[in-house]
Amino acid sequence: MASTETFYEVMRRQGISRRSFLKYCSLTAAALGLAPSYAGRIAEAMETKPRTPVLWLHGLECTCCTESFIRSAHPLVQDVVLSMISLDYDDTLMAAAGHQAEAILEEIRERYRGNYILAVEGNPPLAQDGMSCIIGGRPFLDQLQEVAADCKAVIAWGSCASWGCVQAARPNPTRATPVHEVIRDKPVIKVPGCPPIAEVMTGVITYMLAFDRLPPLDRQGRPLMFYGQRIHDKCYRRPHFDAGQFVESWDDEGARKGYCLYKMGCKGPTTYNACSTVRWNDGVSFPIQSGHGCIGCSERDFWDKDSFYEHVTDTHVFGIEANADRVGLAAAGTVGAAIGAHAVASALHRTKQRDQAQHEEREE
Amino acid sequence: MLPDVPTVKQTAVYVYQAPVRVWHWVNALSILVLAVTGYLIGAPPPTLSGEASAHYLMGDIRFLHFAAAYVFAVGFLFRIYWALVGNAYSRQLFSLPFWRRRFWRELVHELRWYAFLEREPCKYIGHNPLAHLFMVAIITVGGLVMIVTGFALYAEQTGLGSWQDELFGWVIPWVGQSQDVRMWHHWGMWVIVVFVMLHVYTAIREDIMSRQSLISTMISGWRMFKDDRP
Repeated sequence: MASTETFYEVMRRQGISRRSFLKYCSLTAAALGLAPSYAGRIAEAMETKPRTPVLWLHGLECTCCTESFIRSAHPLVQDVVLSMISLDYDDTLMAAAGHQAEAILEEIRERYRGNYILAVEGNPPLAQDGMSCIIGGRPFLDQLQEVAADCKAVIAWGSCASWGCVQAARPNPTRATPVHEVIRDKPVIKVPGCPPIAEVMTGVITYMLAFDRLPPLDRQGRPLMFYGQRIHDKCYRRPHFDAGQFVESWDDEGARKGYCLYKMGCKGPTTYNACSTVRWNDGVSFPIQSGHGCIGCSERDFWDKDSFYEHVTDTHVFGIEANADRVGLAAAGTVGAAIGAHAVASALHRTKQRDQAQHEEREE
Repeated sequence: MLPDVPTVKQTAVYVYQAPVRVWHWVNALSILVLAVTGYLIGAPPPTLSGEASAHYLMGDIRFLHFAAAYVFAVGFLFRIYWALVGNAYSRQLFSLPFWRRRFWRELVHELRWYAFLEREPCKYIGHNPLAHLFMVAIITVGGLVMIVTGFALYAEQTGLGSWQDELFGWVIPWVGQSQDVRMWHHWGMWVIVVFVMLHVYTAIREDIMSRQSLISTMISGWRMFKDDRP
């Protein structure tokens, strides 16, 4: 593993032809939404730049991000990116194990100080001294902080690393904490989703490796090219929403005709992700296409936002759980009744006062 | 400082200047449209059959909501401007005499009047203290919250980099996520609905039972007093 080896050299060593390499460059440019001229720039960067190692750590997680990643639709992307990074450290994918594996971490830290990318899948639990997630006999938090100290940038894979996800859902017994709240002195790129789309993951990594800089990010640190719009904005069922054609129950005519799932609680209108454009499994489908609403898995604390099947979901505040429409209707009804009662009481009171006044006048 | 209620005979005071009155009714209309269309965005009407290209129901409902929202927001800005250049009463919406004892004493008196514990209400040229408190809390603070959350949600479709996003895009991550902002915006609608019910009822009741005109004042601008006692 010579430190001067370029991406191109790594690929050629993997048996990839120059023609395939150029195809990969143009595909990557297209996937990232770049102009065709960028294909050449990607190729040049890959031929001349020494490759950047990627370390892939696993904290409190379910490995669904890795499962998604290795199913990246285009075989070239999979081969290339996977072979580039699995050479280093990913405890699910690498051949090494035990002390040998942990030694790789040390080696990369030493040799590529300040020049490697740290990808984190899952998050560190902070409660009970981090005992809920032990890697190599030590809390994951220690490993994460050590490796992050010398990295160039951190990629937070999936909703666990980005927001906390299911293990951080109320009441979060292990105090599972998203990566950006633990690593504060390095840029953290969030690639949320449970899991994120494979092409999105390879796209983000390729961008960072090829251009040697962070992809453009939104306010919350998500790559704009994949998280700049909501699923609703590009959903193929959107015309049915605009027309007012909805699925009202799972087995109705609308469901068969593929109407909008808004009334079934689809979170497409509140979820930033690329599912409706990139789709899943080589563009085969995505949840809405299969007839089920989006559950908003790439949004912050989506487990705690109540029903996946209601549009007006319950609000949790001050330990109370309440639905705006139910409370609102009840309040309006109560106030209406109170107004009616008060109006009657006012009229009676006024009559009584007037009678009394007349009575007093007569007495005078 | 607002002038004191006159102790000498004076039957009418010019309170609400024309721009305030126009703003009031335009604002009322925009709130009506916003509440109805907003509710329908949360709970759309029954599904329509036929080709999607034959309808644009949700599109129209949303258009009305956004159009009314712009009217509401521009009206709000105008109302701030008028508070600066208008008469003393036009400033009541943006100032609450929180530290003045008399305000709280009169507020208690007003509450007792509504609970039938006072024989007679006090006279006020501007808002009575109870009305004043509600106006500031619901119309000014509530209106601002609805504008900020509303434009934050609107920015989701105008897109990143739009002026709506530049100005209000920070709201969504600050509150949590898009769904949270939607729900708070929705709660706000119900608060305003309840306020409107109370506002209309008390305006009619005060017009009949208090010692001054209410509804006609918001039409002509003149506050009429029914008696000459202090």
